[in-house]
Amino acid sequence: MLDNGKCQVALDGVVRMGHGSGGRLSRELLEGLILPALGAAAPDHLDDGAVFVPPPGELVFTTDSHVVSPLEFPGGDLGTLCVAGTVNDLAMMGARPLALSLGLILEEGLPLDTLRRLVSSVGRTASLAGVRILCGDTKVVERGKGDGVFANTAGIGVRFHATSPDAIRPGDAILINGNVGDHGFTLLTQRKGFPLRSPLRSDAAPLNGLVEKLCARVPVRWMRDPTRGGVATALCELCEDRSWSATLVEADLPLHPAVRGVSEILGLDPLHSANEGKFLAVVPAASVDDALETLRCEPLGRDAACIGRITEGHAGKLLIRTALDSVRVMGMLASDPLPRIC
Amino acid sequence: MVLADELRDADLARAVAREIHAIALSKSVRLMEVCGGQTRTIYRYRLREMLPSTIRLVSGPGCPVCVTPVSYIDQAVALCRIPGVEVFTFGDLMRVPGTRRNLEQARSAGGDVRVVYSPRQALEHALRNPSSQVVFLGIGFETTMPSFCLPLRDAIHDDLPNFSVLLSAKRVPPVMEALLRGKAPLDGFVTPGHVTSIIGSDAYAGMCREYGVPMVVGGFEPLDLLVAIRDLVRLVAAGKRDNENAYARAARPGGNGKAQRLIDELFEPCDEELRGLGVVPDAGYRLREPYARFDARRRFSLAGIESREPPGCRCGQILAGTLEPGECPLFGKVCDPDRPVGACMVSEEGACNAAFLYGGVHAG
Amino acid sequence: MCLAVPVEITSLLPGAMAIGEHSHVRLEFSVALLENPRVGDFALVHAGVAIETIDEESALETLAMLKEVLDGPGR
Repeated sequence: MLDNGKCQVALDGVVRMGHGSGGRLSRELLEGLILPALGAAAPDHLDDGAVFVPPPGELVFTTDSHVVSPLEFPGGDLGTLCVAGTVNDLAMMGARPLALSLGLILEEGLPLDTLRRLVSSVGRTASLAGVRILCGDTKVVERGKGDGVFANTAGIGVRFHATSPDAIRPGDAILINGNVGDHGFTLLTQRKGFPLRSPLRSDAAPLNGLVEKLCARVPVRWMRDPTRGGVATALCELCEDRSWSATLVEADLPLHPAVRGVSEILGLDPLHSANEGKFLAVVPAASVDDALETLRCEPLGRDAACIGRITEGHAGKLLIRTALDSVRVMGMLASDPLPRIC
Repeated sequence: MVLADELRDADLARAVAREIHAIALSKSVRLMEVCGGQTRTIYRYRLREMLPSTIRLVSGPGCPVCVTPVSYIDQAVALCRIPGVEVFTFGDLMRVPGTRRNLEQARSAGGDVRVVYSPRQALEHALRNPSSQVVFLGIGFETTMPSFCLPLRDAIHDDLPNFSVLLSAKRVPPVMEALLRGKAPLDGFVTPGHVTSIIGSDAYAGMCREYGVPMVVGGFEPLDLLVAIRDLVRLVAAGKRDNENAYARAARPGGNGKAQRLIDELFEPCDEELRGLGVVPDAGYRLREPYARFDARRRFSLAGIESREPPGCRCGQILAGTLEPGECPLFGKVCDPDRPVGACMVSEEGACNAAFLYGGVHAG
Repeated sequence: MCLAVPVEITSLLPGAMAIGEHSHVRLEFSVALLENPRVGDFALVHAGVAIETIDEESALETLAMLKEVLDGPGR
């Protein structure tokens, strides 16, 4: 039972249609569960909208919707993704997060205890990122019409760094702050019925702090968080319509041994697997050492590595130098990765 | 023990490649590999580019997804739309084009299709859900057959009323024989390592003698394949029609007796249609008559399905090794991994898919 | 047709099943087709079934052969 002094919400119950009706039950859910669970990240006032004065500078506005199954997994949950996803989108635009909104569509029958855990993750992750949820909304759909929880977060940030992808030149380095493919493979092995077990955990985390430190130290020409579609898709998109190419080095990719293992057992490529706590950065060749030093000082950048270079020739393509030193073209993810027997 | 890094070592690869280059050949040779897994490794690591131009490495019909005719997909699609039927499949089949739609599209339209890693998951589901009619899509060569023979045998033993298999199982040696009798000249075969684990390398000895063509069992890591190719080229250069094994750590002369007896207990060879090769004698398997009720084609009515190969599709010639992916008029223009016309473009082991995704760059 | 990985058997289960490990991933698979599966053996696992045991002696021979190639006249 949570008691914020105003009302109590019994946590052994489930979400009911009334919780989304806008009436007394909605208010109970908000004041008895959602706000207390958000903790320090909760808004001070509840009104039709949140008013705040932005600091000087360019504003960046982004939105992200979140659908994940299972709702909870090793290393995080839907709540973690809600905040990390949007904060990281802002960070990739060189923006510090100012405020987030949280829209929830709940399925009738969702245990309130689950909801409390998810919203607590939202609060915890937001506090880690130094941002608050200033507004939100909750609706409920009938049982069978939702997958537990669908969520949307919109975020506003203020720019501290402008990326300059047009300034990218052959010789520039491609960096990543840690292991490739952890999130996607973690979710895959959590799928019901798969006879695989591993110590893999999602890497979901807000990267704004790390990104700010990096941008303060070296000139960062481009950044992208390789979520769905993985590192390969993000880099293919970078290279599209450019006069240069990018070449990854297979031997330099930081991989958790279990990611390697899952990749070999199911026949899936870590470079196509989602990451939720990683970002790619392109920096001038001369800045690589400083950049890696800065990243490796931080917990979220301990395994940072240079994984490739911008290269001359084969304009517009992503290439990979294999363990055998041969070079081939790397494609983007066409559709949902499926385990293979062949 | 596990050999891993050694089998992907650049220095070792270069050294074996040098040995291959040093073999004196009096004429150009055409070697074929018949395993989709080997096709994939060849394209992934660009092994062709490490060979001299006198050696032409051709990919044969070694991808079970690719050789499965359109009619099979159409039957699977029809099954998943029957109320109460739940189709379980390996992921490989989901995007293979049918006449009208593929399994992924059928699922989006409401058909019940589920991807599993292992066929046993399908049986376990059938045991837990007696009111569901579980159909497993049993495709593959001899490597994969044991994986669905085991649960099928259990289902037969327990006389499970709600489990059956839609079969499209193929046998490699008859397929190889069809190729050896066919139009394209072949000087040697790299034989498939894991199929050989099951059937044994002795299975190829008769063909070596009869057709005068040497064969070497190959593995799947780049060094495994380079060594197999080297050994095969040496045999070709010396005019020997021997049957050798470069994957001895996982494939024996007699193969896996238990697996062979299991397959033989449930199945018997039959003529089979392979995309691109037509009907090949003895190239398929069918359930023995006492177990016919576990054959999804007998259990369900699948008559009246009209199947059509996609117009203009040259998968057949690709699979027979008489056409290169780049020579197909549809390749890259109308047919690519996002909108595949034929199976060769869908499967990651299909020559066209591999050529499209991995080709187009010279070794740097 | 051939995606199979070498998995080290870590325990044997009733019903001809086993648990093994490959690069920090634990999987459960059938050993019904192996002659005499033992803990510590490396099994080649395909679609949930061990199709063969990796022969240690052969593997060592392959390693030795590769080493010879690297050291030998091919240089």
